[in-house]
Amino acid sequence: MKGNNAYLFAAYAVTWIIHITYLATIVSRYSRLKREIGNLRKNR
Amino acid sequence: MKRLFPILGVVTAVLLVYALYMALIWAPTEQTMGNVQRIFYYHVPSALIGFMLFFVNFGASVFYLIKRKQAADIVALVTAEVGVVFLTVNLVTGPIWARPVWGIWWTWDMRLTSTLVLWLIYVSYLFLRRFSSSGETPTLAAALAVLGALCVPFVYFSIWFFRTQHPQPVMGGGGSIDPRMLHVLLINWLAFSCFAFLVCWSRYRLEVLQREVDQAHALESLMAPRGSVR
Repeated sequence: MKGNNAYLFAAYAVTWIIHITYLATIVSRYSRLKREIGNLRKNR
Repeated sequence: MKRLFPILGVVTAVLLVYALYMALIWAPTEQTMGNVQRIFYYHVPSALIGFMLFFVNFGASVFYLIKRKQAADIVALVTAEVGVVFLTVNLVTGPIWARPVWGIWWTWDMRLTSTLVLWLIYVSYLFLRRFSSSGETPTLAAALAVLGALCVPFVYFSIWFFRTQHPQPVMGGGGSIDPRMLHVLLINWLAFSCFAFLVCWSRYRLEVLQREVDQAHALESLMAPRGSVR
């Protein structure tokens, strides 16, 4: 039974790793696009 | 609207922490499986939210096919992408739960196989969106999404219609659930639904910004002096 706790924590950890990784890609792309649109507006 | 996002963010964070406490501490320990059964409180809401998002994707795709509104196309893309993320969680937590309980990571039963097929359909939808540059891409994707959505009820009802390794449904169907466990399940479903909404909102804003940048680049190309090399 105690050994099964490892599977429990693995499942919860993997869940949050997937969600946080996806959120991180959104944040990173958003920051890059904000910079890009700022540069485009400066160049006009 | 901009002020609402951080408020919802805080509410969602509190709900998620509360849901985690309920799942790991408050919920009773299942007699046969022990603590590993608590994966249930993440595994099931992930599937349900994935299905909900694909349903919204279906609605947005149909609306796009009829009205050709860009907002509907963005909603379709966003809900497909976030739905794939949640279904990925479901497909990963399932085998992690199955290993100690069934002794196997995977089996090709109807529920597991149909869920994997559903995931592959929506991943192919995202591949189409990502790698196709045709002007007809949103239309083709919407058509694929309408067909893909037909798989969702098949996946959901598979454990009613077929004998499967997967447990019977706990809400309706042949299974039953302790009321305290049901309470914790519903709280996790609510918390993750709020989280999914916020993620979709963020992804929507990202997509709007991406299209703005693409339009700005296109305009710049049009306004470039004749003979200039790009």
